Amino acid sequence: MTTLHVSTRKGLWFLHSDDRARFRLEGPHHHGHIVHHTVLDPRDGRTLLAAMRTGHLGPVVMRSLDRGETWKELAAPTFPKGEPRGRAVDHVFWLTPGHASQPGVWYAGTSPQGLFRTEDAGDSWQPVSGYNDHPDQATWAGGDKDQTPDGGKLHSILVDPRDPKHLYVAMSGGGFFESIDGGLAFRPMSLGVENPYLPKLPDGAEHLFGDDPHCVVSHPKRPDRLWQQSHFGIYLLDREKGERWTRIGRAMPSDVGDIGFPIVLHPRDTDTAWVFPMDGTTVWPRTSPGGKPALYVTRDAGATWERRDGGFPTTQAWWTVKRQAMTADAGDPVGLYFGTTSGEVWASNDEAKSFTCIARHLPEIYAVTVA
Amino acid sequence: MRVLVPSHLRSYTNGVGEVMSHGETLDDVMHDLDARFKGLRARVIDEQDRIRSHVKFFVGGEQADTLGTRVGDREVQIVAAFSGG
Repeated sequence: MTTLHVSTRKGLWFLHSDDRARFRLEGPHHHGHIVHHTVLDPRDGRTLLAAMRTGHLGPVVMRSLDRGETWKELAAPTFPKGEPRGRAVDHVFWLTPGHASQPGVWYAGTSPQGLFRTEDAGDSWQPVSGYNDHPDQATWAGGDKDQTPDGGKLHSILVDPRDPKHLYVAMSGGGFFESIDGGLAFRPMSLGVENPYLPKLPDGAEHLFGDDPHCVVSHPKRPDRLWQQSHFGIYLLDREKGERWTRIGRAMPSDVGDIGFPIVLHPRDTDTAWVFPMDGTTVWPRTSPGGKPALYVTRDAGATWERRDGGFPTTQAWWTVKRQAMTADAGDPVGLYFGTTSGEVWASNDEAKSFTCIARHLPEIYAVTVA
Repeated sequence: MRVLVPSHLRSYTNGVGEVMSHGETLDDVMHDLDARFKGLRARVIDEQDRIRSHVKFFVGGEQADTLGTRVGDREVQIVAAFSGG
């Protein structure tokens, strides 16, 4: 059974399939809630956490212990009362299960940007002070003009499968950061990411933060290789070779560009990734370039890219796919799935050679995950 | 006093739109409600004790902008503001 968790601006839906060809839509769960992310715990295969709020009410985290049959409301993480900057969690934007050796551990990324950790699958959350209270955190985050329209996001929380203390987090905006001590300290690592939004530094120095990663992923079989879809292009960082990001999106077709939100990796081939470009020209429409949606795939770590648009409309389709709204399963061939801001879910069971629309008329889709 | 609960929060009050509470201040009332309807307070008041952006409180028919507002026996009304979409 394949199940997609479709988090939308108005609730949560599931799409179930026995053959990855015909899907059954189930829902809504939590109707009316703005659901930012729903993630199944790979360590037990049954615990779901879902981050949500409503238009009026503050955030909560919902937990299911039976893959979404029943739910329990849990308190959302909070900044310490009376903390000097007066921060309060507006919404939880990102959820990441902890290391395989630490059942019950999850990380949450919030807006405004905060990092939180639970050891009891969300019954209680603790702030990760090494990030939240880092003396440079406010500088990394910048001001309102450096943030996404509904508030800055902490996202792409990555846990090294070899070492539970080795963490990465990304800030929109702010950059990409690493901790090697379980979150006691963080350091910026955006070297090589172009940033035309900041003035050049004197003497040829380069900015180490202040950019805007939209989505950063690493492959469990090759954790020192990091892939980034940024506001400023598609990048790869092979830490075996150095600490500088390389803009592999330069090899994308110039009329499409390399701006987008999601980036998804092949479950077995560490040189393969898919992106969904959007229009980042002129006033930044953030739609499919030219109204002609397509994924692009690289099978050689970004040296070359090929278009994948089988089954898509060939004109007047102005999709946007948000950073959490595209995913791949572990099948062979790989299944790819994405949701659009216009409420459609598309699926491929042949590694993106062709797609079928498996749901439409849903609310704006924020996230799609697969189990 | 009587507390009027909007539809947005009735999942906490078993569907009831009016509940009774007590307290000197609005803060006391909201703590009392949270003790009986766990989780309700955090939906309308943040961790820095600020009323959330899209929520209003009225005490005795007058808008209350702080949790220190004296309540006495006056009716409390919680309102989800005219926002959203």
